[in-house]
Amino acid sequence: MRMNIFQHEFKMYLRSVITWSVAVAALILVFVSLFSSFAQDAALLNEAMAKFPEELRMAFGMNGVDLSTVLGFYSFVFLFTQICLAIQAANYGFSLVSIEEREWTADFLLAKPVGRTQILTSKLLAALSGLTITNIVVWTSSFGFINLFKGDRTYETNPLLLLLLSIVVFQLFFLAVGLVVSLLVKRIRSVTPYAMALGFGMYVLSVFGDMLGESALEKITPFKHFDPNYIIQHGAYDVPLVLISISVIVISLVGSYVLYTRRDIPAVV
Amino acid sequence: MSVIEVNHLTKYYGKARGIIDVSFHVDEAEIFGFIGPNGAGKSTTIRLLLSLIYPTSGSGTIFGKDCIKYGPELRQEIGYLPSEVFYYERMKVIDLLKYSASFYDKDCTQRMHELAELMELELHRRIEDLSYGNRKKVGIVQGLLHQPKLLFLDEPTAGLDPLMQRKFFQLIREENQRGVTVFFSSHILGEVQRMCNRVGIIKEGRIIEIADIHTLQQNNYKKVRVEASDLDTAYFDLPGVINLEHHNGAVRFFYKGDINTVIRKIGEIAVSDVTIEEPTLEEIFMHYYE
Repeated sequence: MRMNIFQHEFKMYLRSVITWSVAVAALILVFVSLFSSFAQDAALLNEAMAKFPEELRMAFGMNGVDLSTVLGFYSFVFLFTQICLAIQAANYGFSLVSIEEREWTADFLLAKPVGRTQILTSKLLAALSGLTITNIVVWTSSFGFINLFKGDRTYETNPLLLLLLSIVVFQLFFLAVGLVVSLLVKRIRSVTPYAMALGFGMYVLSVFGDMLGESALEKITPFKHFDPNYIIQHGAYDVPLVLISISVIVISLVGSYVLYTRRDIPAVV
Repeated sequence: MSVIEVNHLTKYYGKARGIIDVSFHVDEAEIFGFIGPNGAGKSTTIRLLLSLIYPTSGSGTIFGKDCIKYGPELRQEIGYLPSEVFYYERMKVIDLLKYSASFYDKDCTQRMHELAELMELELHRRIEDLSYGNRKKVGIVQGLLHQPKLLFLDEPTAGLDPLMQRKFFQLIREENQRGVTVFFSSHILGEVQRMCNRVGIIKEGRIIEIADIHTLQQNNYKKVRVEASDLDTAYFDLPGVINLEHHNGAVRFFYKGDINTVIRKIGEIAVSDVTIEEPTLEEIFMHYYE
């Protein structure tokens, strides 16, 4: 790791990290603040929900969710948080190396007396630090706003902790997959479409998996590996699925190092 | 000692030709000119030596060490000015230069300010606000601030005004006098002629000639121009004469061979003006280019 690269990269992320963190905190605030009014008419609401077609409930991850409990309600909020986190992490992953090639600054950096492994490690750690800030913001705003708006209702802390602890692996998944894909393609002209496609794509896969009752799909997508419903209801992770996530991360990272150290840096023609 | 040693270096981008079987060496403290038209493989060669790209076959050494295996270590002593300069747009010039300096083991602050002053670079502007010429100046300061022992200049003068070009050449000469080896790539022959001791000529990916500049000029054609009234162009149609032409009342041609033959021919007629001179590099190399 090279401290100067890390600092430089981290500064580049700072504005984006703050934007994402504020957005996610605001999302949690808005949803959680609705809880008390939802909870008051919980019976009515659950009844109304039951009248919606099952597919629609599935699309919003609300099948089998009891909105009258604190954690039941929060698991619904958390799904939306996950979508944001996925897009943010994928965004950083796709741009990590590709931004230097797109803006032609790779020549500057790689002509410096530093090896590519060190460059990649420094960049990864900088991105991860940025994601960790957002992660911490999710933790604090979740605990803070839940306690602020839960009224006189109680909840178990453990499932909530499990849910929040899953974030780091979830972020790493999108960061690592984004990175390895960016190194597999020749050139990425714009990061946003890729990040949206990966983030939303995985979410849509998980929803389709539910609707079609197709369990093969859930093996691919981290939205299934870390399904908030499952974690809240069981108070535990679905370990085999979590292991899939971790394997994908490890393979993607190893692949990224191999690809990056052998990569021909494109030149302006 | 050879500072750069290139052995049968070949690079294909997929099926597209980069360079083919390029071999040459650059001695310590010389300015080696590397010339050829656009797309001939000049940048490819430099980028291979900096391990920005990897060779298909062949190898290169710098200061006697393999340029890939010892790349990071070697680059402590290498300065690189790319042909197209791109930097982090949102950074200020001073921050970019400090970032650049932070990679080197020595303290570069003083040299950085000297160079910035010399190139009249405004340090507190943002990169995105700079014109192309000013970006190029950032590139020059950035490439020289760590006082490298080897400089790669890839078409360095594009975008610089004539005054800055002169300052830049002066700077490179001073560096060279301090013992810095310079690898100077360009397609502008005039500047290579002014700066370099030896030149390598590359065309379509292959080296076609490596020679001392003076030898090239001396062992070659003389440029002759004769002005006389009623002069018949065919009069000078001798063996060894090429590019014979009549222009504005004067006959011009290039001649290779015993110069006395031409002098005698000229002596036999009444001329109003004669010049015999070395051809410029441009004229020598035109046939390489075509």
